[in-house]
Amino acid sequence: VNHVVHNGGLYKRPFNEAFEETPMLVAVLTYVGYGVLTLFGYLRDFLRQWKIEKCQNATEREEQKDFVPLYQDFENFYNRNLYMRIRDSWNRPICSVPGAKVDMMERVSHDYNWTFTYTGRVIKDVINMGSYNYLGFAQNAGACQEAAAKVLSQYGAGVCSTRQEMGNLDKHEELEKLVARFLGVESAMVYGMGFATNSMNIPALVGKGCLILSDELNHASLVLGARLSGATIRIFKHNNMQSLEKLLKDAIVHGQPRTRRPWKKILILVEGIYSMEGSIVRLPEVIALKKKYKTYLYLDEAHSIGALGPSGRGVVEYFGLNPEDVDVMMGTFTKSFGAAGGYIGGKKELIDYLRTYSHSAVYATSMSPPVVEQIITSMKCIIGEDGTTVGKARVQQLAENTRYFRRRLKEMGFIIYGNEDSPVVPLMLYMPAKIGAFGREMLKRNIGVVVVGFPATPIIESRARFCLSAAHTKEMLDTALKEVNEVGDLLQVKYSRHRLVPLLDRPFDETTYEETED
Amino acid sequence: MDVKSTKNYLYWLFCQFELITCSYLMEPWEKVLFYTFNLTMVLTLFYTTYVFVSVQLSSALHFLWHFPGNQHGNSVSIVK
Repeated sequence: VNHVVHNGGLYKRPFNEAFEETPMLVAVLTYVGYGVLTLFGYLRDFLRQWKIEKCQNATEREEQKDFVPLYQDFENFYNRNLYMRIRDSWNRPICSVPGAKVDMMERVSHDYNWTFTYTGRVIKDVINMGSYNYLGFAQNAGACQEAAAKVLSQYGAGVCSTRQEMGNLDKHEELEKLVARFLGVESAMVYGMGFATNSMNIPALVGKGCLILSDELNHASLVLGARLSGATIRIFKHNNMQSLEKLLKDAIVHGQPRTRRPWKKILILVEGIYSMEGSIVRLPEVIALKKKYKTYLYLDEAHSIGALGPSGRGVVEYFGLNPEDVDVMMGTFTKSFGAAGGYIGGKKELIDYLRTYSHSAVYATSMSPPVVEQIITSMKCIIGEDGTTVGKARVQQLAENTRYFRRRLKEMGFIIYGNEDSPVVPLMLYMPAKIGAFGREMLKRNIGVVVVGFPATPIIESRARFCLSAAHTKEMLDTALKEVNEVGDLLQVKYSRHRLVPLLDRPFDETTYEETED
Repeated sequence: MDVKSTKNYLYWLFCQFELITCSYLMEPWEKVLFYTFNLTMVLTLFYTTYVFVSVQLSSALHFLWHFPGNQHGNSVSIVK
């Protein structure tokens, strides 16, 4: 159900998020499907063990059959009996730049996805709805590519050192100043890998005796960083501020579990956009809670930097808040800047501390110079410092594409999760056979989508995830929508029971308090 | 062409059945096994329904039909 939140003036714009409930019949049928596949999985395992069928997956050697079994847990069972059947929808090799259209290598399997062979043909101009290319900077021509090529001929490709030893180039310093200016913080530091930014820097910030309050659906990098740090971790329900406040109150009142001493630090870990749900964090409320209970906030803007906000500066600008309220602003350059790597921004003392104590700075290779130049050029384009309005046009095009695509999908009757403004669009499929069927049917119609199932999502809530891009023209979106409509009718995935009037095409009128007309 | 559209509709229904029970993902020999099992179950169900329901229905009709007539005489034989 769409609801509009007006929390005492914290939100300057309507916050439209919806997670429609799974229809009961669909949930039952999904379990039926999984039950059938599990029974057949047991049958196949039995046949494999008694050598009636050839065993093509990894097993222990003959001499090790009496040791502790390695492949009997649920994950391996799922892998060889369920994942193998639909494996051809993943790891599809592409052979061109992942822009709005991409070329894919065609592959077939003659033994039901255990091995693949390439036919040699290339499927050209597949509409790419799966790459994280929000602002369309994944290009092999243009200003960014030329600048990167120039830097490549000047600096080479490798840095051959870690950041602290001999890997600190003047390009890195330039990039860090630019990132700090872009975000509106005092100082920033960049790392070569986005995942490593989270997992290697959270242990440097918190340790034993500290408390981490992490959202239920946080990314694996945040979870890994939190676990590596050795701090106590408590989970609050996804985007649920009452749950977070309850945990904060308990933490402050009761202190550490055995000794009852106050916690050394309390750190709240949230993401800007959650990529599996398409939801946006309730940042004004989180900041209000943070100030009230005097805790620290770590915001992971991997998907929201460049994609939200009127000038692309992320979720902080989207809500109209002060960037100095967020203690640690982290993000990646992979999604909106067409490069690779991550950054952390914040106060100068924090970043100077991280320069010395971060594992990534000490042990990981620093960022490659052409990649640095790609980020510098794309960031300058977004800010507008290259003298054109290309950046601003792209940000606006992405916002338009997002609203249009989401509205059309909802009108068609699919269940779409998440916030109205997020460029990540999850379309619910639920049943395991439909996951494989959706991926294959869309590829037949020349559209590449990413389908997600267990273990990235809960077992019955499998989905297809569309990532919109500023590089998608309206014609491409219309083609994609037509095909999605066709496949949706063919597979019967239009489960939605609400037919809502589109909300966001009218300008927000100050006198209307009800945004939905049922 | 009513026959063609009915055939298409039935094929589409069969495809939906395949998707819901995940027999779309199975190898041919697994499909044979699964459909055989399903058909056996359905036929057994029909047979049981036919035998069970018809016996009960006939005895119920017998009871209702002959009830207004021989009240005392027949009631002993019907109550088992």
